[in-house]
Amino acid sequence: MHVNKELFEPLHSQGHAEMQTRPITTYGQNAWRRLKEHKLAMVGLYTVLFIIFIAVIGPWVSHASYSDQNLMLANQAPSGEHWFGTDSLGRDLFIRVLYGARISLSIGIVASLINLTIGVIYGGVAGLLGGRVDRIMMGIVDVLYGIPMLLYVILLMVVLQPGLTNIFIALGIAYWLGMARIVRGQILSLKEQEYVLAARTLGASNWQILYRHLIPNSMGPIIITMTLAIPEAIFTEAFLSFIGLGVAAPMASWGVLSSEGVTSLRSYPFQLFFPAMAISITMLAFIFLGDGLRDALDPRTRR
Amino acid sequence: MLSYMLKRIVSSLAVLLAIITITFLLMHAIPGGPFSSEKKISPAIMKNIEEHYRLNDSLWQQYVDYMANLSRFDLGPSFKYEGRSVNDIIRESFPVSLELGMVSIGLAIVIGIPAGALAALRQNKWPDYVTMLFATIGVSVPSFVLATLLIYVFALKLSLLPAAMWGSAEYVILPALALASHPTAFIARLTRSSMLEVLAQDYIKTARAKGLSEFVIMYRHALRNALIPVVTYIGPMAAGILTGSFIIETIFAIPGLGRHFVTSIYNRDYTVILGVTVFYSVLVISLNLVVDLIYPRLDPRIKLNGKGG
Repeated sequence: MHVNKELFEPLHSQGHAEMQTRPITTYGQNAWRRLKEHKLAMVGLYTVLFIIFIAVIGPWVSHASYSDQNLMLANQAPSGEHWFGTDSLGRDLFIRVLYGARISLSIGIVASLINLTIGVIYGGVAGLLGGRVDRIMMGIVDVLYGIPMLLYVILLMVVLQPGLTNIFIALGIAYWLGMARIVRGQILSLKEQEYVLAARTLGASNWQILYRHLIPNSMGPIIITMTLAIPEAIFTEAFLSFIGLGVAAPMASWGVLSSEGVTSLRSYPFQLFFPAMAISITMLAFIFLGDGLRDALDPRTRR
Repeated sequence: MLSYMLKRIVSSLAVLLAIITITFLLMHAIPGGPFSSEKKISPAIMKNIEEHYRLNDSLWQQYVDYMANLSRFDLGPSFKYEGRSVNDIIRESFPVSLELGMVSIGLAIVIGIPAGALAALRQNKWPDYVTMLFATIGVSVPSFVLATLLIYVFALKLSLLPAAMWGSAEYVILPALALASHPTAFIARLTRSSMLEVLAQDYIKTARAKGLSEFVIMYRHALRNALIPVVTYIGPMAAGILTGSFIIETIFAIPGLGRHFVTSIYNRDYTVILGVTVFYSVLVISLNLVVDLIYPRLDPRIKLNGKGG
């Protein structure tokens, strides 16, 4: 075979190679795209946003205060005037449920933020340092895990006296164990990655590596855990309110409203119905959202 | 194996000691002491009371006394009910709670496991959707709401079952249902997801290829392996049932330990709160210990060497 110059035509680049790849998406965009495909999760997300929205602006636009009493109007059934009826002191139940949304949601959010802070720092330090420190720190977590935490939340509330701030404290310091475990597991696997080695070679300190590399990369599981911790905290507060350790009157969380409703169930079932619905819908919304986030943020299920 | 068991038992005892100490300190950190919320009591009587309950001893002395009594399983006297000890209260009321709790756990297992397995076998078909709908409602509706709904429908409207109190078998049904809702839903979800995982395993394919009947495959190969994670849930479930009983027993006016605990919180009856907390903690920790020890027998992949697992 004769080899000549004509056989060696340069191939004109027509961009085929580049066309094969799909547009590059960041982790966040990717997660959002996957979350949008998850119908239940979107229902959950919009419900959560809606509840937060009415919790924030509702009390501003309402015509009465949550503590306005009018005994002439006690125990009225739901009507055009009082959408959810009134309670035994003639307070408008709709407005009380709106205010309750504020309190219950802030309990959920603040308590899980405290969990988040303690859990991420504790789990992060244990995972990063590893070895004996990790064994001891996780040993403590394992030990605490076996204790019925709610008992200690109750004890703390008895010691601290009922009230909003004390609920934050009691729930915040009791429920960080799950978060610590998850963060530690993430960090243990992430710290073997090359970019951590690269950062270390460049002279980054342990703290910088934890703060700049490991924690941002564990954000997925952290967000999922937090989404599921919020309804848990709301639930627990409702429980505490029920045994008389909730927020102080005339303030009322959904838990307080429900437990007031339970006492008048025989004559005025609607007084339990509305706050109970509020709790249940919020729980459902957060659970749907959390499940969807799990599918969307977990790289193992990435399609 | 033996060294693991020993290690596990020793660490459980250490945990118990820590818990009792923390609980003791928490109770004594309450400002004012146990009798300060009462109506005005003359200082002389107050002094006598404090003398009687040895509240004037140093904290350390009280701690030592309490531990010494505890080692004889004596939880001390009640501050509110004269002449009754915490032991009396537990002895009288715990059997009631135990009965209610056992029925609830039984319900949760008998309903939850088949429902979860069925949902997994019919994944993305209507039995799956129906089961998961109920399971999701089960975890999102607070038990006190469910309890009051049950009372409202079955006791007040239909008059089928008693609304409250304790006695013959029919009194157990409603509170046990309310108490079981959460764990049932959780077990159903757990069984479903673990069953789905197992069904995707190669040995299920092998069993099919061998020509085993569907029943044998499901029962002997799939379900038995799928239930291993459910066993780990026994500890948390018992804890959940315990704390759940506080509310359920209060609503249904059941004379169990849960209601006594809530009453003692209302009354600020510190020795009862302390004693019941210690009692419950011992119960849950022992249960966790038992589960940990039988777990490797169910799952041979777990090796007991004192590390991990």
